[in-house]
Amino acid sequence: MSAPAIPAPAPAAPAPPPVETLTVKVNGKTLQVPKTHPDWQGKPQPTTMLQAARCGGVDIPHYCYHDKLPIAGNCRMCLVEFGTLMMDPATRKPILNEDGTPKISKSVLPYEPGTPRGAISCATPISPGMEIYADSPATKQMRESVLESLLINHPLDCTICDQAGECKLQEYSVEHGQAGSHFVEAKVHKPKAVDLGPRIVLDDERCILCTRCIRFTKDIAGDDALGIVNRGSYNTISAFQTGKFDNNYTLNTVDLCPVGALTSKDFRFKMRVWFLKETKSLCTGCGTGCNITVGSREGIIHRYEPRENDAVNGPWMCDTGRLNYKWIGRPDRLTEVRVNGQKVTWATAVKDIGSRLIRASSGSVALIASARQTTEELFLLKSLATRLGAVTDSVPREGEADHLLVNADRNPNTNGTRLTGIAFTEAGMQLPLIAAGIEAGTIRTLIVFGEDVTKHGIGPELLAKLEMLVVSDILPNATTAVATHLLPGASHAEKRGTFISVKGRLQKLTKAVESPGDARAEWEFLHELVHDVTGRNGFTSIEGLFNLMARETPAFAGLEWANIGDKGVDVKI
Amino acid sequence: MSFSVPSSLEAELDELTTHYPVKRSASLMFLHALQEHFGYISKEAMEWTAAKLELQPINVFELVTFYPMFRQEPLGKTHIKVCRTLSCALQGSAELREQFCNRLGLDSHAHTAQTTPDGKFTVEFVECLASCGTAPVVLVNESLHQTVSPAAAEEILRKGNLA
Amino acid sequence: MAEQFKLITKHLDEPGFSPDIECYLRHGGYAALRKAVASPSRELADGKKLSPQEVLREDVKASGLRGRGGAGFSAGLKWSFVDRRSGKPIYLICNADESEPGTFKDRQIIHRDPHQLIEGMILSCWANDVKLAYIYIRGEMPEGARLLNVALKEVRSKGFLGKNILGTGYDLEIHVHRGAGAYICGEETGLIESLEGKRAYPRIKPPYFPAILGLYMCPTIVNNVETLCHVTHIVNMGAAEYAKLGTPNNTGTRIVSLSGDINRPGYYEIEVGKVTLGQLIHDSNFGGGLKPGRSLKAIIPGGSSSKVLKAGEVFKLNRKGPDGQMSKVDVPVLDLPYDFDSLQQAGTMSGSSAVIVLDDSRSMVVTLGNLSEFYAHESCGQCTPCREGALWLAKATHRLTHGEGRKEDTSYLAHIAQNIQGRTICAFGEAAAWPVLSFVKKFKDEFDAQGAADEAARANGIPPTHRPSPVVTLNLH
Repeated sequence: MSAPAIPAPAPAAPAPPPVETLTVKVNGKTLQVPKTHPDWQGKPQPTTMLQAARCGGVDIPHYCYHDKLPIAGNCRMCLVEFGTLMMDPATRKPILNEDGTPKISKSVLPYEPGTPRGAISCATPISPGMEIYADSPATKQMRESVLESLLINHPLDCTICDQAGECKLQEYSVEHGQAGSHFVEAKVHKPKAVDLGPRIVLDDERCILCTRCIRFTKDIAGDDALGIVNRGSYNTISAFQTGKFDNNYTLNTVDLCPVGALTSKDFRFKMRVWFLKETKSLCTGCGTGCNITVGSREGIIHRYEPRENDAVNGPWMCDTGRLNYKWIGRPDRLTEVRVNGQKVTWATAVKDIGSRLIRASSGSVALIASARQTTEELFLLKSLATRLGAVTDSVPREGEADHLLVNADRNPNTNGTRLTGIAFTEAGMQLPLIAAGIEAGTIRTLIVFGEDVTKHGIGPELLAKLEMLVVSDILPNATTAVATHLLPGASHAEKRGTFISVKGRLQKLTKAVESPGDARAEWEFLHELVHDVTGRNGFTSIEGLFNLMARETPAFAGLEWANIGDKGVDVKI
Repeated sequence: MSFSVPSSLEAELDELTTHYPVKRSASLMFLHALQEHFGYISKEAMEWTAAKLELQPINVFELVTFYPMFRQEPLGKTHIKVCRTLSCALQGSAELREQFCNRLGLDSHAHTAQTTPDGKFTVEFVECLASCGTAPVVLVNESLHQTVSPAAAEEILRKGNLA
Repeated sequence: MAEQFKLITKHLDEPGFSPDIECYLRHGGYAALRKAVASPSRELADGKKLSPQEVLREDVKASGLRGRGGAGFSAGLKWSFVDRRSGKPIYLICNADESEPGTFKDRQIIHRDPHQLIEGMILSCWANDVKLAYIYIRGEMPEGARLLNVALKEVRSKGFLGKNILGTGYDLEIHVHRGAGAYICGEETGLIESLEGKRAYPRIKPPYFPAILGLYMCPTIVNNVETLCHVTHIVNMGAAEYAKLGTPNNTGTRIVSLSGDINRPGYYEIEVGKVTLGQLIHDSNFGGGLKPGRSLKAIIPGGSSSKVLKAGEVFKLNRKGPDGQMSKVDVPVLDLPYDFDSLQQAGTMSGSSAVIVLDDSRSMVVTLGNLSEFYAHESCGQCTPCREGALWLAKATHRLTHGEGRKEDTSYLAHIAQNIQGRTICAFGEAAAWPVLSFVKKFKDEFDAQGAADEAARANGIPPTHRPSPVVTLNLH
């Protein structure tokens, strides 16, 4: 997770300063590791044993440690046996063996020098010459015993647990545990199915008290809402009042929980995780562009989870964005292509629109495209508009920003509308002009993609004056209701393309599920329409379309689809 | 009934807060004072403390459930804490507790603090009271009774009945 | 005959000695403070000049004073670790959270001679440039807290505390802070968390060494009550004279808390290492021996966490012979000098210097059950091995004391304890594990017999009996 990110191709970037390193041994292998690593806030701190081991490809098991949370050191799963250079107290130099190698003093219990002493690798900094024995018999025994302790009071209800399949307790038990337990006493019982908040249920018996949820909620979400009540073995995660754990980031605690203690009300008991198809995609709830993984099965989306991207969202996402998939499967989705109310084929509709647009006089067409469309769709719409001499605009969508991820710009691709030329610095400036044009009868054709313009100053009475109203959308609204040409579009989970975040991160959307009925990804029918109207061709695939757009748009110069990667690239905005 | 802290107590607590560079530090002292005044620490008292010290109520709830001296329900007027730990146990503290329980009609096998129905007494086994040389010891409200004999236990009960 | 050496406890039981400042002043109180602040700086052989404060810090080091709270770490060294360059304030906390079972020495000082503690504290604060200090006192000592508050008011009025102490320009404030019934607050980082208004969860070390990142993440000194009192005497006597008390590396005096099966339980101050365990137990001016007809079975020598010693055990100790050569010498348990190093060499510790004596009427199984229940109750629950292990131990010993033992319980107990010690955030792990490990090792027969008897009874259809047990408060089921 904390492996140095692959640097994005940045030709002008100065060479990074040389990284200071230390030499340590991990499982007998000598390694040069950076002297420091970023801590949870990104500040450089002395490299820990756990981080050094990772540099050597060795993953030390852990529960409470998380790269992006303050260190707690409470689970003890990452205990490792280690050795340090034996130093001559007089010269302060390492004592050497006869063969010239340094003598190592292994960590032992001070009161029982025959017994190895472990150190928690998550919080213990490395020192020069240190040896980390991440798979020695003593280390393995420590792990085994921590696992045994964690399981004695655990209900072992894996068969009905939502975490099954992605549970660290299960995984580590297989890798590091022992077959049986010595425990023959009665288990501690704790609250079950606690209604922690509107989106979270807590099973305290499954909890291993790693405090990740507490630390996240306090230190990342900024809502000091969770704590531990009682003492000792009776310790229990709790909120002051049940049902009130309700900030916009609560569902991250479900991701962070290494076991099945915190579950999402939305997802629990819905689906065994191993049946889910995972698709890397983006959240489209605001301009931040959080990276997500879409979990779907047989065309139905079951959950969104954040996908770690340090350039954008780290490992987190907001609850609003996470639950922003419900509408995708709504039964009233637009699924039919209609011309003047009659169901027609895509070919008929596109041909009809094309032939009418070709006949339209310059300046008689206006185009409003949502900043929720992909950059490629906006590019195609802009080509159309240029050919038709059409005035274009988009619709701003403002909300309140928060301190973490939610951006005030609720459109996911405002920068896409700007860079393709659909909208100017201030989206929505042209809307009154378009309204006036329709009123005056100069604008006789309106093309609307993804917006209900009746809510933005172009009411039904104006729309009624048009000769042609081409509308593409996903769900029905007052604008789709009066369209002469209605084109059912695809949701963000049903198509490919790119969005550009408020900070200029260009990132890819990936298709997770099929669109319902005749609904299609907009770029697919748009490229046909653009061909019919402008005669241009050569963008029948999203890759080709993107590369063409990149060549023609200064901001995307040098970019190719193949080079965008899963985590996107920065573009000049 | 709404929760209210007398202004004299609040002034006392405000003064206590000045003892610390960070307000949160005064939490335990607040809870002691509130428990002394109200007899126990209610949810309202936790919320009040949190508001005074610029904390979240969970921060205070965590303390009330961690530190055994804090109570979330009213206790008897005479609170008898019998030391359970080794030195006192060796000198018969289990028998002493049994004596208190039997005389007061309380269950001598119960695990937690028990209060008589008339609210006069609470009997509780507590851990080491740091007076092992004069075992067995009993803390009655705020006063320590040392080398408590069965007769001395009777005297504690007699005084409690008069209280 | 071994004698007490009353340094700290000199006036404690004196008729007419009262805890008020006038009495303390009549007995020479606050002379050490006047002496220290008026003392000149000291020039060293290499020309380096020590300020009066540095002089006291050096003197505490030279006195050989070791912490009286439990770990026995050099007090002077502990002070020397303090980060004095951070620019942050330095705090001092007096650990008066006396709660190691068997220990009741600090209580005596606080109740009978609080000014002795306060003078030691003021001196220690002055030496370490501390401007704000706290006395963290056990919640169960309300009277002690009251007495300390009265005493602090008195010293403030006399100008020994507050602004511009004795006209030196030095300012110091001390406040009393009450705990609320948690043994873990005796652990210094747990105490710091508690003083910050949090659950007393000990901090991980590294990085949170109190000398660098203590109270409010500032450099902090945490010293035991008795340790701080000794500072007053080091000033009064001079470090060299003080260091003559006791034995080499085990200097000064200690207050031993004696309890359990002896005739004269109580607190006794001795020169460290000048009195043996046997003398403490049997001498008529100390424990006064066992009850008539009883013989010694075991000694818990340094508070309930220390490993138990068995009557009749003999230890190999390093001893310097008349020729100055070190050699191993057989020392029977009762001949062990009561000091830090001898008990450590005997595989245990003097800890908080609390000696609990057990005679032959005692069941070691029941005794361990009592202790394990204490540790289960007091585990803070922060880290896995202790949170789960401490209650596990209590449940297992509870079974053994209630007729439900098994033959394998001896090794079962050892298995649980082995997996706690050395794997926890703080030394509580050891505290919970050591009694178990030492009991089942040294009294294995008794544990084995208990398990075997219970198994036999079950095989014969006899229901579990409830043996007399001084336990049961925890909800173990």
